[in-house]
Amino acid sequence: MKIQAFPYNDFVIPFLIGTVLLFGIIIFKYIKWIRRFDDAQRAVIRSNWYLPWKVFPAIWEMLREGLLHVRILRKNLVLGIMHQAFALGWFLLIMVGAIESRDAFISLNHEQDIEYVRQLENQTGWSVKDKEQKKDPEQLNQRRYRVETESGPARIHYRRPFYVGIFYRYFVHEAPATFRLHRRYADTMDALLLYVFLGLTLAVVKIFYSRMMGMRRTTKHTIVDRFAKFSLWMIFPLRLLAESVTACLYGNGGFFTQAVGNLFDPMIVRGLETSLWMFYSLMLGVFFVTMPFTRYMHIFTELLLIYFRKLGMKESPKKTGYTYFELNACSRCGVCIQGCPMDKVLGNHEVQSVYLIRSIRNQDFGRRLKNIAENCLMCDRCTVDCPVGIDLSALRRQTRDKGPIDTIGNYSYIPDDKQPFNAMSRVVYFGGCMSHLTPGITQSMERIFQAAGQRYWYMDKDASICCGRPLRQQGFTNQSDELRRKNTEMIEKSGASMLVTSCPICYQSFKKEYDLKIPVMHHTEYIDMLIKDGRLKVRHDDRHVSYHDPCELGRGCGIYDEPRSVLSAVTNLQKTRYQREKSVCCGFNLGNTKLSVEEQTRIRNVSLENLTSKPVDAIATACPMCKKAFQRATTQYTVRDIAEFVAENIID
Amino acid sequence: MPDFGFSIKKSRGEDLDQVSLDKYRQLLEREPSFKRCFQCGTCSATCSARQFTDFSIRHIHTAFRRGDYETLEDELKKCMLCGKCTLACPRGVNLRPLIISMRQLLDETPVEVKRRRRQR
Repeated sequence: MKIQAFPYNDFVIPFLIGTVLLFGIIIFKYIKWIRRFDDAQRAVIRSNWYLPWKVFPAIWEMLREGLLHVRILRKNLVLGIMHQAFALGWFLLIMVGAIESRDAFISLNHEQDIEYVRQLENQTGWSVKDKEQKKDPEQLNQRRYRVETESGPARIHYRRPFYVGIFYRYFVHEAPATFRLHRRYADTMDALLLYVFLGLTLAVVKIFYSRMMGMRRTTKHTIVDRFAKFSLWMIFPLRLLAESVTACLYGNGGFFTQAVGNLFDPMIVRGLETSLWMFYSLMLGVFFVTMPFTRYMHIFTELLLIYFRKLGMKESPKKTGYTYFELNACSRCGVCIQGCPMDKVLGNHEVQSVYLIRSIRNQDFGRRLKNIAENCLMCDRCTVDCPVGIDLSALRRQTRDKGPIDTIGNYSYIPDDKQPFNAMSRVVYFGGCMSHLTPGITQSMERIFQAAGQRYWYMDKDASICCGRPLRQQGFTNQSDELRRKNTEMIEKSGASMLVTSCPICYQSFKKEYDLKIPVMHHTEYIDMLIKDGRLKVRHDDRHVSYHDPCELGRGCGIYDEPRSVLSAVTNLQKTRYQREKSVCCGFNLGNTKLSVEEQTRIRNVSLENLTSKPVDAIATACPMCKKAFQRATTQYTVRDIAEFVAENIID
Repeated sequence: MPDFGFSIKKSRGEDLDQVSLDKYRQLLEREPSFKRCFQCGTCSATCSARQFTDFSIRHIHTAFRRGDYETLEDELKKCMLCGKCTLACPRGVNLRPLIISMRQLLDETPVEVKRRRRQR
């Protein structure tokens, strides 16, 4: 004879439906996206998915970012605590609940208290079945004790469905005597619930007073998102209420739920108990069903994104499966709005990456999406800030794809052997288009090359070919590739062993988009190397200089230290308020085509203000574009490129 | 005809009454700063592509204004969008978006019209 007992009540149905739909939809979507991976991405998965040195760091980062939210904590403490409370708090509620119910059911199965089963039969929420024992008793699990009943030996098997942890307090009123940790678990669960409530409070406060979190502006959400948010927020108060009522009736609550429960009158709340658990389950179900269609899709997608990224997957120029993972990993936290110069200076808070991603996800095609995609400086500020680490600039470039008009360009005019190159040159110097408008930079570089005794070939001395990045930034990928081929051919033919460029735009292009076999250096890196090797002797003057980090060099390529080291060698470098990753774009970035010159000027003025907040004699930068922008704005300060400072201070 | 050392050239005048200015108006709508252009030619002087070929933004400007789109599509493809012209422009004309808009407008031309133009 075998007695089966398992907890069930009708209120679990909404939760079950929600769970099945949630995982059904999510798995369906993931399979769809994974099938859309391109060949390179497939190759990455195929060769790397099992390698322990790739997988373990990935799992570590998944735990760190998915639960602890370390990156967002570092960016913004209060916002980080809010996210962490929701993620970690809820996760632990589920996990501890599962462990608690598991322990409790093991104890129940150990105890085999037949009287307890008889009690359960009379109690709502349990179904107790007698079942003819078909198997040989010897083969049964040794752990279960035999219980003598009137009808002979019986085994009670307490079945534990997966939902029991979620509704544990309702189903187990009185824990078996051998389960001594019962109280302790109840207190832990209450503490975790309070932790989630901390996050909930912060989230509510954020709506009314976002400045507390250092956020000037929060994301403006759509109706669907707000609905999902509402259902998420309702889950926890309802859980508290339901548990408190059960605690009020049966005294099985922890320190918090019992305290709340003692406030109620058992006679009044008795009838409400099941309905409250029903509402709790309903809210869970509603949230689960809305989750795949709202921003809460990030909860699971972010983990997969981290895994794929750690395997070495990269965004490709065209929309692939990986793009979908990136799009859906965005939690719309609004961190990208905070630093954006478009919002900070121009007050345009409709074009930030969070809205771009939402527009792509909601399939807003046409003018609206185009306006969002085009109106961006591509200064990478949001890419650096993004706590999920989504490659936002790449997404924007994809959206800017010009489609049919992006045919092969008409670049046959570019001569194949533009100049007789000097075979003795070890270094190819690529000034870049913009450097032709700031001849000071190229002349200084030539002077530096001569002083260091370096033979070089100035590749675009007389006539320049663009590196192709401006075209790429505007979505003309095919045309950009054509320029890339021409330049690559020319550089490879020269037989040089190094490429030095003066323009950060070209630098990023050569470094990331080209497939050059020789090392690429920005001139600040190169000069730094020369000085450190002792090939270039410079003197230190007494000017005080502030340094502007160009977007493409700093955030784009992570070159922050070399320019500073060079500048400190020749002048007194002053710190500014916004520097390194936080530097403000000069406004003239080639990424934008929607801003008028007046608007660009306004951004530049803010950037300039930041540079001159402390008394300085001159402004240094490492980008001809930035130099030109600042030079036009001010006559009070001299604006110089780092190369010019060095060239002025060379000791011959 | 005896060689007099000079000849009579065909008239280069365009009958502006026959030209549809729709695209030009659309262009101004998309890029209003274009109105400020006083055709000084700084853009052409600084242009990277101009150094290799006779690509000239000033010429394109005139042609577009006259509705002379025949060769423009190929001509505009020569642009490398490097942005030197925008930086050099004394009138603050946003030249890069201007060129992109021109290309888009020309691309929006119905296919039949393009074919007819090619036949001509």
